Amino acid sequence: MDFDLTMVNWARAQFAFTAMYHWIFVPLTLGLSFLCAFFETIYVRTGNKEWRAITKFWMTLFGINFAIGVATGIILEFQFGTNWSNYSWIVGDIFGAPLAIEGLFAFFLEATFFAVMFFGWNRVSKKFHLFSTWMVAIGSNLSAVWILVANGWMQNPVGMTFNPETARFEMQNFFEVVFNPVAVSKFVHTSSSGFLFASLFVLSISCWFLIKGRHLKMAKRSIIVASVFGLLSSSFVAFSGDESAYVVAQKQPMKLAAIEGLYKGETTAGLVAAGILRGDKQPGDGQDPFLIKIKIPFMLSLLANRSFSSFVPGIDDLVYGNEEQGIESTASKMAKGKTAINDLAEFKIARKENNNPKADLALARFKKNQDYMGYGYLDKPEEAVPPVAIPYYAFHIMVALGTLFPVLFAAFLFYALKDSLTRESLKKWLLPIGLISGFLGLVAQESGWVVAEVGRQPWSIYGLLPVKASTTNLAASNVQITFFMFFVVFTLLLTAEIAIMLKQISIGPEEGPLK
Amino acid sequence: MISTLDYAILQQLWWIIIAIVGALFLFLTLVQGGQTLLWQVAKTDLEKTLVITSLGRKWKMPFTTLVLFGGALFAAFPKFYATSFGGAYWVWMLILFSFIIQAVSYEYRKKPNNFLGSTVYELFLFINGSIGILLIGVAIATFYTGSNFTLDLYNRVTWNYTLLGINLRGLEAAFSLFNLSLGIFLVFNARVLGAQYLLNSIDLSSTPKLESKLRKHTWNSFLIALPFLIYMVICILFMKGFNVDDAGIVSLVSSKYLSNLLAMPHLLILLLAGIILVLYGVLLSKFKGSHKGIWFSGLGTVFVGLVVLCLPAFNNTAFYPSKLDLQSSLTIYNASSSHYTLAIMTYVAIGIPFVLGYVVYVWKLMDSKKLTKEEVINEESY
Repeated sequence: MDFDLTMVNWARAQFAFTAMYHWIFVPLTLGLSFLCAFFETIYVRTGNKEWRAITKFWMTLFGINFAIGVATGIILEFQFGTNWSNYSWIVGDIFGAPLAIEGLFAFFLEATFFAVMFFGWNRVSKKFHLFSTWMVAIGSNLSAVWILVANGWMQNPVGMTFNPETARFEMQNFFEVVFNPVAVSKFVHTSSSGFLFASLFVLSISCWFLIKGRHLKMAKRSIIVASVFGLLSSSFVAFSGDESAYVVAQKQPMKLAAIEGLYKGETTAGLVAAGILRGDKQPGDGQDPFLIKIKIPFMLSLLANRSFSSFVPGIDDLVYGNEEQGIESTASKMAKGKTAINDLAEFKIARKENNNPKADLALARFKKNQDYMGYGYLDKPEEAVPPVAIPYYAFHIMVALGTLFPVLFAAFLFYALKDSLTRESLKKWLLPIGLISGFLGLVAQESGWVVAEVGRQPWSIYGLLPVKASTTNLAASNVQITFFMFFVVFTLLLTAEIAIMLKQISIGPEEGPLK
Repeated sequence: MISTLDYAILQQLWWIIIAIVGALFLFLTLVQGGQTLLWQVAKTDLEKTLVITSLGRKWKMPFTTLVLFGGALFAAFPKFYATSFGGAYWVWMLILFSFIIQAVSYEYRKKPNNFLGSTVYELFLFINGSIGILLIGVAIATFYTGSNFTLDLYNRVTWNYTLLGINLRGLEAAFSLFNLSLGIFLVFNARVLGAQYLLNSIDLSSTPKLESKLRKHTWNSFLIALPFLIYMVICILFMKGFNVDDAGIVSLVSSKYLSNLLAMPHLLILLLAGIILVLYGVLLSKFKGSHKGIWFSGLGTVFVGLVVLCLPAFNNTAFYPSKLDLQSSLTIYNASSSHYTLAIMTYVAIGIPFVLGYVVYVWKLMDSKKLTKEEVINEESY
């Protein structure tokens, strides 16, 4: 089959661009919705108007962020149809269900109670308003559950079978799809990292107020709530990050090898804590992939297999095979895959011609190799390797930042509980770090997304359907035009969002109750 | 129990669910209709704020319903999702852009330092309410008039309609008078609903001019929508339709949709009831000084929407016909998900009444008091 690679790459770029833009706003929605619910809960329990002013301030920022999150999100669902119609048909039987459930149960919860959250202060009772704020938070996170069930299935396709009659994958077990270990670990990791990011966002803005000497009471109270939430979230992020890495090692060994820059598999493999990759490194060339590196002995084996002495396959093992470890080469899988594609074609033609004996024979041959069909679309074994440097650096940036954040939260909590956040000396080091921590959180968020999705390449459905076989039969020029339309519109909206957000921050909370 | 239901029944059930979601979306386009009225009915800042705030409390409803409509189609009829969205690329892309720019406009329009200025956000709302709804109508109309695609053995879509050497990817649907008529009808019907909704939700005692304009536009928009509706109904009654025989062969049959209406008299009753309800609602708003016209016209719109979406799908009809290759046409039977997936989704759909229940409850709770001038001045407003 011939593929229009120009179209494939533009469609890929468009998805990456729109998803990364969307991902600027989503984690903040996930976490800030809960922080608003915490602030409002304190207000309702204490009846203290100061907490109401604090709630309303953060809610205003939540609303500004939420609107652009919604705007950038709608295209992601429909883009599967417009740019990836072959994908939509081949896996729609499984992939569509979580998206529909997300729409029904999560989006309506958000949409319905959002109006109460913003306009219901004097229209409904205090308790119903609080209930609505919680419903928005739950709805936002419920949305994450279903979208990550869908994404988890792309990373680890389970609970389905290929139906040659319809030429698509069909669901066999819904619960396997929902409780897919990749989906579960992804949800915990993604939502808790969203909580963490939102805590950093609150910390950042509060630090700005402290540095400027404005709205001190709100800033200090916000920091206490955000630090506690951030610390708790950090522990979930660390736990689920470890679990995610383990699941990746089991289900997507190529992705793990890429994010660790591991070309030659090792027993008692060490974890690269930091290192610079050699720019000209290619699979199978025998070069050391690193110019310099710092390794923690045994840790990669422990992370990947929960055993210090286990074997972790490298890129070369997965591409060229490793008989000793029982790893089949990609070339061998490709040969089986091409046979499967030919047998499927023969089956489909025979069926169309009502030649059932011939169809049955072709089907029997197809079934022997059907699991390898995706590999049949690859042109060379090395195509199975993702662009190593991108997930490698993204992973290490994410982990480094993820290690810094709990320390930061602990420091802020310590000074907040001592009521010494306004101390002059802190303006020289802790508050400036806190100020930029929101941006660092965003970098960690985007890095995590890059690890997950670039590390999945070249597959749209891991091991089964390559990205290049997933696209719509569409001239590249269409996607190029829409790419630039998205670029212009999203950038305009982001600029507006930042301008509005900064202005609202500088206006600050309602002063009266906080004096 | 659901999993033992016949495959065909599940397929039919799911088309009905999708038709209900689609019909509710058409009712909720009251938001889009209101958006196109903004510059005509609201002349002062206060009037604008009242209109925008009232609509702003509901803007997520049609948006979310549209997303659900897409998601449900993806889950239940993935071949349609792949064929239509991938094929009629530009129609869907332009619809989506109109909803993207809508989503920020309420929140950002009045915020200080909003970069683009409030007029641009109002323009975004107008584009969403006019071009967005027009194109949705055009896309729905292709259920009757067909599209220019073929499917291969693997169900991969090829779209083929060129003008001056350019493949229009669905935009050619706007060249059909029938398709455009449905689009224009939906735009003006949405304006009817928008005006009626605003009459119902705002306390207009302090803005009498706004009230008289809303009543005037209810009537005027209805008068503009009516000829397009009549033209469409006449066309539907006499146009050729895409019949599917017992062997699954698709062919063009004269007066197919008329015979569908006669074969499914409940749809005929729904259509007549829908038109009468819309008319009654409009008359209430125009001549009786009533604020309740929206409920009659809204219910009528839902009924008409149900008919528009069900008529080309049942009684052995291809709901997404191909003009290029009749045998590539999609029916609810060849475009659906597997039996297993439809059964699972049907279990999920048991939750729909619960969702509808809390949506209606919160709507009533929030709208139990009309939006007042004092509220938008002293409290939150868009």
